[in-house]
Amino acid sequence: MTVLVLLDHEAGSIKQPSRSAIAAAAKLGEVHVLIAGQDDAAASAAAALAGVSKVLVANDAAYANALAEPLAALLVSLAPAYTHLFAASTAIGKNVMPRVAALLDAQPISDISAVIDADTFIRPIYAGNALATVKSADAKKVLTVRAASFDPVAATGGAASVESVAAVASADVSRFVSAELSKSERPELTAARVVISGGRGMQNGDNFKLLDPIADKLGAAVGASRAAVDAGFVPNDFQVGQTGKIVAPELYVAIGISGAIQHLAGMKDSKVIVAINKDEEAPIFQVADYGLVADLFTAVPELAAELSK
Amino acid sequence: MKILVPIKRVVDYNVKIRVKSDGTGVETAGVKMSMNPFDEIAVEEAVRLKEKGAASEIIAVSMGVAACAETIRTALAMGADRGILVESDVDLQPLAVAKLLKALVDREQPGLVLMGKQAIDDDMNATGQMLAALLGWAQGTFASKLTLEDGRAVVIREVDGGLETVSLALPAIVTTDLRLNEPRYASLPNIMKARKKPIETIKPDALGVDPTPRLTVVSVAEPPKRQAGVKVKSVAELVEKLKLEAKVI
Repeated sequence: MTVLVLLDHEAGSIKQPSRSAIAAAAKLGEVHVLIAGQDDAAASAAAALAGVSKVLVANDAAYANALAEPLAALLVSLAPAYTHLFAASTAIGKNVMPRVAALLDAQPISDISAVIDADTFIRPIYAGNALATVKSADAKKVLTVRAASFDPVAATGGAASVESVAAVASADVSRFVSAELSKSERPELTAARVVISGGRGMQNGDNFKLLDPIADKLGAAVGASRAAVDAGFVPNDFQVGQTGKIVAPELYVAIGISGAIQHLAGMKDSKVIVAINKDEEAPIFQVADYGLVADLFTAVPELAAELSK
Repeated sequence: MKILVPIKRVVDYNVKIRVKSDGTGVETAGVKMSMNPFDEIAVEEAVRLKEKGAASEIIAVSMGVAACAETIRTALAMGADRGILVESDVDLQPLAVAKLLKALVDREQPGLVLMGKQAIDDDMNATGQMLAALLGWAQGTFASKLTLEDGRAVVIREVDGGLETVSLALPAIVTTDLRLNEPRYASLPNIMKARKKPIETIKPDALGVDPTPRLTVVSVAEPPKRQAGVKVKSVAELVEKLKLEAKVI
């Protein structure tokens, strides 16, 4: 059994969720990975990943922006050699893999949180309020992997062979126009050891600056609840929750977040959860290891000061 | 241009779901059902396009048990023109739904299919991408803005690092994210008017599709419960606990 894992990469590095997808794939057998796009440094980085035996490189401008249409055609061309096709449940994986599955006449299995055997997987449904064990009858399985459920493989220690694969022609129906990506010195939400998130209680976007000293001190990523994103306090890529990012850091600090089911679905697998909220009835306290009932506008500066001691 | 809007009847998002005690699924009997919230956004977007003169007709399609007709009525009350119900008691999974939708697209020839990015029950996030694949069309998933210009759809997509803009040849599939729009409430006169709008009922075999599920649900379980922890009295106590007890900072 050999699994092909589509990797998310950027400027020569492999995204952490993809390393988790490799860890999930390794439970089934040999792992090959695919680097599509013009990123030779990423191909080298992929060859060094623990648990990978071969790196396929499709170095072609058609894949530079990971458009679903050409990328799916490429994966379908490689599929005959594999029993399973995996990707992390990232914006790219979620966009491409169902397209691949349809072209292979398979029912995709989205966002798996456990591998039982070659046909059987566990996946969260109803925003994580239930876990379904599903068994696939398809000859070829196409899945995406919930990164927070699998410890990523090490970025070093591997020595995979690297092989070029040919680009595949596909209909010219989509074009990349532009990307407006948030710039941040901080770690990415899905890869951070510590995440500090603000909710509606932050009251406005400016107040999110209050979280900066704490994030700086702890090396944390800054996130937000859907309420805070919908209110326009911070951009969409800050959103932690069922329809945003799923995170499972060692420490999650929820500030002014009430704890809607939607949000809990995105962070309840964190190892330690801290909640600061002035409403002691807030549902977030039902999942928090440490809860502090306090006005965030006094508690947050105090916390920053305490951490600097 | 016609717009086809597939909509799903799901357990209302305000309902706290219960896993059945025999582990076969989630309890839906006697539970409030509603239109999948992402699909409501798709209906709203289609109606706005029609109000701007960019669309001529909106067809709302739902699949599943007969009660899905109620969900179609909701879409008709919001402004869709007619409905199609693909009636089936089988558990329709995304691959089957995509094949059924393809058959309807072949028949209706819409210029755009607008649908939710995922249903809040199975959280698959797959049907739109699969329909695009089967049709060989472009896909604009997780849309937070949609503009039609010069025979193309310009879609701003919500991606991991921020926003991405793509330009798609029409016809195309666009799947909606939360921030595309805020769906309207249907007014009473529109609810009354919707009662007179036509809904056609078809069976999967009339569309030449075998809807047999590819995934068997072996079991459904509750996730492990997280125990509530302790309340601390001060920031100083919190920091001390994080350092000495949890050892995470």
